[in-house]
Amino acid sequence: MNHFPEAWGRPRDDVYGAYNPSYLQTSGPKTHTSSPAVTGTSVIGVKFNGGVALATDNLASYGSLARFTDVKRLRVFGENAIVGFGGDVSDMQYIDRLLESIDIRENYSSHGNMLNAKNLHTYLSKVFYKRRSEFNPLWNHVLVAGYDGDGQPFLSSADLLGTTFSAPHLATGFGAHLAVPILRRLFPDEKPLEEVSKEQAIDALKQCLKVLFYRDARSLDKYSIAVITKDGIDLKENEQIESQSWAFAERVKGYGAQTK
Amino acid sequence: MPGFDFSNFNRNSALHARGVPLPKATSTGTTIVGCVYDGGVVIAADTRATSGPIVADKNCEKLHYIAPKIWCAGAGTAADTEFTTALISSNVELHSLSTGRDPRVITCMTMLKQHLFRYQGHIGAYLVVAGVDPTGVGLYTVHAHGSTDKLPYVTMGSGSLAAMSVFESMWQPDLDKDGAIELCSEAIKAGIFNDLGSGSNVDVCVIQKDKPTQLLRNYEKPNERGHKERNYRFPRGTTAWLNQKIISKEDMKKYVTIETLSGDDSLAERMEVDS
Amino acid sequence: MASLLDHSARGETVGYSFSQAAAAPVKQHGFYPYTDNGGSTLGITGSDFAILAGDTRSTSGYNINSRMVPKVFKIGGDAETGEGAHIILSVVGFAADGNALKERLDSIVKMYRYQHGKRMSVSACAQRLSTILYQKRFFPYYVTAILAGLDEEGKGALYSYDPVGSYEREQCRAAGAAASLIMPFLDNQVNFKNQYIPGSGEGHALEAKKPEPLPQDHVKQLVRDAFTSAVERHIEVGDNLQMLIATKDGIQEVFHPLKKD
Repeated sequence: MNHFPEAWGRPRDDVYGAYNPSYLQTSGPKTHTSSPAVTGTSVIGVKFNGGVALATDNLASYGSLARFTDVKRLRVFGENAIVGFGGDVSDMQYIDRLLESIDIRENYSSHGNMLNAKNLHTYLSKVFYKRRSEFNPLWNHVLVAGYDGDGQPFLSSADLLGTTFSAPHLATGFGAHLAVPILRRLFPDEKPLEEVSKEQAIDALKQCLKVLFYRDARSLDKYSIAVITKDGIDLKENEQIESQSWAFAERVKGYGAQTK
Repeated sequence: MPGFDFSNFNRNSALHARGVPLPKATSTGTTIVGCVYDGGVVIAADTRATSGPIVADKNCEKLHYIAPKIWCAGAGTAADTEFTTALISSNVELHSLSTGRDPRVITCMTMLKQHLFRYQGHIGAYLVVAGVDPTGVGLYTVHAHGSTDKLPYVTMGSGSLAAMSVFESMWQPDLDKDGAIELCSEAIKAGIFNDLGSGSNVDVCVIQKDKPTQLLRNYEKPNERGHKERNYRFPRGTTAWLNQKIISKEDMKKYVTIETLSGDDSLAERMEVDS
Repeated sequence: MASLLDHSARGETVGYSFSQAAAAPVKQHGFYPYTDNGGSTLGITGSDFAILAGDTRSTSGYNINSRMVPKVFKIGGDAETGEGAHIILSVVGFAADGNALKERLDSIVKMYRYQHGKRMSVSACAQRLSTILYQKRFFPYYVTAILAGLDEEGKGALYSYDPVGSYEREQCRAAGAAASLIMPFLDNQVNFKNQYIPGSGEGHALEAKKPEPLPQDHVKQLVRDAFTSAVERHIEVGDNLQMLIATKDGIQEVFHPLKKD
């Protein structure tokens, strides 16, 4: 103990080294996220007759390191809306907290009508757009699934720039390259939504997750899948990709003349 | 002096440093695929060539001949894929003549990778090489930097992921010829409809043992042009002109020799035009 | 732990991290707040109508985000259906900015009606849109907008904008990815540029074909031909054609399929 009361209980520089002030600045330029750190890869979603299905794998990567292998990237909101998160995990957790507080506020409110998935998507896209306009983006690309005001299945996307679009099937990240072609082939535009069953939608998502696991180096074979129907949300968070086929591997030898 | 001419290199780098942009090459933002089956191999390609966001050619040929039973699909810089395959084709034929044997796919692949490696990626050719030779069926990819791959099914170009999604969800180890053609065609269509760099038609090439190679040009045409609703023929005299000068054939003979060819029109190849 | 027991160091000299002397080095932002979502729009006016059209493809890079993202909006109507609107706006470029711009203009036109008890005229709305765009002069809305409707005399009115608010009333305008492909076609077919009346004179005396307002069916055909042709030669244009037609009876919306490659 010395005669500097402000020093009492503080770490001494000669013991712990000087505090790095860049972590807690009061002056100087304000720093923002300019690149994501811990990230989740694809989110994929499909509409079917009477509902929507959404899936992600359970991996959070740190660069090329498969850092956390049990991270749930699907978040249930209220009675029948789900958000699937791709991109930065810390920003995902921030948005999760944001949604939590809205959910509580809505539940305590007296008007009694809860936010549906369409409202939620509008809200999230405006949060993203506001943050990008402040040059302080939330580094995510999300899919929102549920029902719109008319009770029709709803699936829409919003990203860190505030860009929004919706389609009968959507995917973020690597899934936009690998999963969307599969989903567009299985459920072409000419095929009305009424002809797509829940089982077909789920099978398609599982097929996409498998292809993504084969070809996306930042993916995992453990996944979460959520199915929204009028009966509510069926969320499974510890699934395993099944019936993988590595049949081609037997005949692959080398890259040229090698035969064994 | 054989090879490339580098005499403008210094001038061009000086111009580039002063902000003159590099000329834009026609690139084949492309989908190309290949797939082996029992007794043969199929390669396929889309037919769109682009220059930036503009479609430069709506029905180009990306399947190149190397030898009667070795063909090559090219993605990347159009000129590089054309000249590289033509050069290797020529060398493969000379090699075949000098050895007195049928050319092998692996020979061709090795010549391609050694050529491309020497140029350290500056020759932007991304190729799928396929064929049948005395040793069996061969299917390889060759990247611009010279690396190669040998796999039962391969994809390349900007639509490679869309095409690969088809292979990864539909490929089976025991394909027959028709199955392989359909699978390749489906993979190209995934590229055509999901990748903006790819479009128009599907070209397929089937190479099999003991049978002539089939080039199925425009095997599928899923993108026929819609009909124009109005007629855009202008009445004669619509365009303004200030003076006219008629040069007769007799006048021309003062400067050049003119010979009139006889024979019917069918001898001349007709140019492809939109109706 | 030797340093902990070393009492020779007095409080004054030990040093605690109270002051934050060293400022963190200025970091270069890796974030770019814009993107291009492709697509193209076009507008043509007639004597008693205005047409705004756009394709419905949304792209990012070589990917198609969605095949059905409309770029043409009704302004000042009901929030869900757009009913009761009398102004149409098309936006092409960065879709998020386009949406934000559309929503601002929409709420302004609505507020005008609530506050003044009458509809905002298209010319007033056009001036206001220019102001909105210029307010963001140094962080612009990355969009090319076209505004259309009927003017006070009931004639078709069309205003085209640059991203920072410079605007002009025109007969026709193409914007977006395929603007450079469509605009020359429009110059020739709507304003009859480079068209002369055959046999009307010699040399400089040759008389140019005078532009006159075209009938609605004719204009619709031109719009569809412009887009089917743009789809052939521009990779970012395709999927569907959305057409909004403003007449004295309100705004009509039609869709046509385009090529999907």
